[in-house]
Amino acid sequence: MSETSTSSSAGTSGATSGATSGASIELENLTKRYPGSPQPAVDNVNMEIKAGELVIFVGPSGCGKSTTLKMINRLIEPTGGRIRINGEDVTDMDPVKLRRKVGYAIQSAGLFPHMTVAQNIALVPKMVGWSKSRIKSRVEELLDLVGLDPGEFHGRYPRQLSGGQQQRVGVARALAADPPVLLMDEPFGAVDPITRDHLQDELIRLQHELHKTIVFVTHDFDEAIKLGDRIAVLRERSHIAQFDTPEAILTNPADDFVSGFVGAGAALKRLNLTRVRDVEITDYPTVTVDDPLQEIFNKLRASGTNEILLLDKRGRPYKWLRRGDMMRAKGSLARAGTLVHDTVTRDATLRDALEAVLTDNAGRVAVTGRRGEYDGVVDMETLMNSVHELLDADRLEAMEHQHELQETRATQTHAEQEGDGGETRA
Amino acid sequence: MNFWEYLGNRHQQLLTDAYQHASAVFQCMVVATLIGVLIGVVTYRSDWAGNLATTATSTILTIPSLAMIGLLIPIVGLGVPPTVIALTLYGLLPIVRNAIVGLRGVDPSLVDAATGIGMSRVMRLVRVELPLAWPPILTGIRVSTQMLMGIAAIAAYASGPGLGNVIFRGLASLGSKNAINQVLAGTLGIIILALLFDAAYVLIGRLTIPRGIRV
Repeated sequence: MSETSTSSSAGTSGATSGATSGASIELENLTKRYPGSPQPAVDNVNMEIKAGELVIFVGPSGCGKSTTLKMINRLIEPTGGRIRINGEDVTDMDPVKLRRKVGYAIQSAGLFPHMTVAQNIALVPKMVGWSKSRIKSRVEELLDLVGLDPGEFHGRYPRQLSGGQQQRVGVARALAADPPVLLMDEPFGAVDPITRDHLQDELIRLQHELHKTIVFVTHDFDEAIKLGDRIAVLRERSHIAQFDTPEAILTNPADDFVSGFVGAGAALKRLNLTRVRDVEITDYPTVTVDDPLQEIFNKLRASGTNEILLLDKRGRPYKWLRRGDMMRAKGSLARAGTLVHDTVTRDATLRDALEAVLTDNAGRVAVTGRRGEYDGVVDMETLMNSVHELLDADRLEAMEHQHELQETRATQTHAEQEGDGGETRA
Repeated sequence: MNFWEYLGNRHQQLLTDAYQHASAVFQCMVVATLIGVLIGVVTYRSDWAGNLATTATSTILTIPSLAMIGLLIPIVGLGVPPTVIALTLYGLLPIVRNAIVGLRGVDPSLVDAATGIGMSRVMRLVRVELPLAWPPILTGIRVSTQMLMGIAAIAAYASGPGLGNVIFRGLASLGSKNAINQVLAGTLGIIILALLFDAAYVLIGRLTIPRGIRV
């Protein structure tokens, strides 16, 4: 009975397709002042986060990024300013009610060790009064969503999980009651680099499915670039040094602080932002192992590249064949050519592709589809050309953007000079 | 009459005394646990309040038990009341101290997480903090019980119930043929009770400490 009354407000249960997607967040002059310290810890933050956006707060430790995040669900009560979620002012609402509508995931997951995985995930749905059967199916669904087998993990205790698994459960718990907004406070800070990489990929996939509004705090700029739709680079007292897309920050950092934070190798980092599917893939002459030898010879002779790619029975790249290889192997396909070591998928980043191309002795790598079937080839030249094009495009965009910013700033300054002029430039 | 004959003759009386002894300790432990955990919950968040509670309860413990019961007699009379009051007060310290230590020892990030997912203060306390602090609290209860077992014997001084009566009778008639038997029976009875209680606590621990945090 309570089911019907809550389901309308808390979003529909069942398939994720019916899940609540993001809500916009507005921070207006948000300030936190601790008694006894002359400087505010967070000073006048103004920010608009669009619905369904993944925004990263990145900055050196102690810059107030975590404090700013925790003010959004009022774990830390702001001393000044307003917070609006989906246009609704939540600054004065009951914080307990607010937090049940805002997912919260923290470093090292923060799972309660005395509860099983299922009990941990069920906490928030229980608090908002879902029915037992609905909670049960929701727990299964969430475990599935974060890539854990419900049957296996459901009854486990947190200490029986690896760090990465705990973190997945932490995310599942945050998503449990289907909140439109998800706050993540350095969630992947305590896991090893390989697991972190996996978790980041998972988060990207999740966000693709769910379209929540996510605010994510990290001090790792590479993580910020990989995950963020937009990145807010924060400096001391949570002043926003730059709030823009990863591309714009990489190619056109607003000032020395930001470029210092971006660090060396911006062009290399830019490679992380583009996927192989976005660049031109060259077609390559191919043969399959089932083709008659004569045909393979003919293709080899006809190809301008001196080389063809041999595919196995399922169309997956198998061997690189050069013109002389067949002669030397006396016509035996089994012995001829060099095995394909590495392939990349269309979803791989250009950085992965570059890595593969650099380690390949002939400077090219085969691109494969979802089931490993041959799709095309990427080589050094294609990569270089695409990177140049990307960087040029970024620069152009950034310049336009810069121009716009200057204009808005000019009007702002004008307004300030006319008015009270108390607010400092962000 | 040797010791075994004595036990055979008096077992009815001894069992009654033992039962009363156990029952007095048990009831006082329940009260002390409730009050002790409550004091812990109220004070653990503040440094000075927590320290005050620990110091106050340990001061109580330094009062000699005979003196404490003696002082209580003019106020509440003889028999059960001074026994219960004295035992409860003595039982407080280990529980209060362990409750404060246990509650303060809960990982702050878990408290943060509990608040962050929308638990109210009471809920956080009941669902997260107390369950996590339960193992040290239970240890406190165990220590407390052992202590009260011995102290309860003194209650006979105020005509309280329990095995203390047997011991005191023996001590009063030293030299008579049953004196040593009485003292021995009372003392051994207390030791056996203490061991039985301890075994019960192990069982309670097994049943009440969640599997996820059992060591």
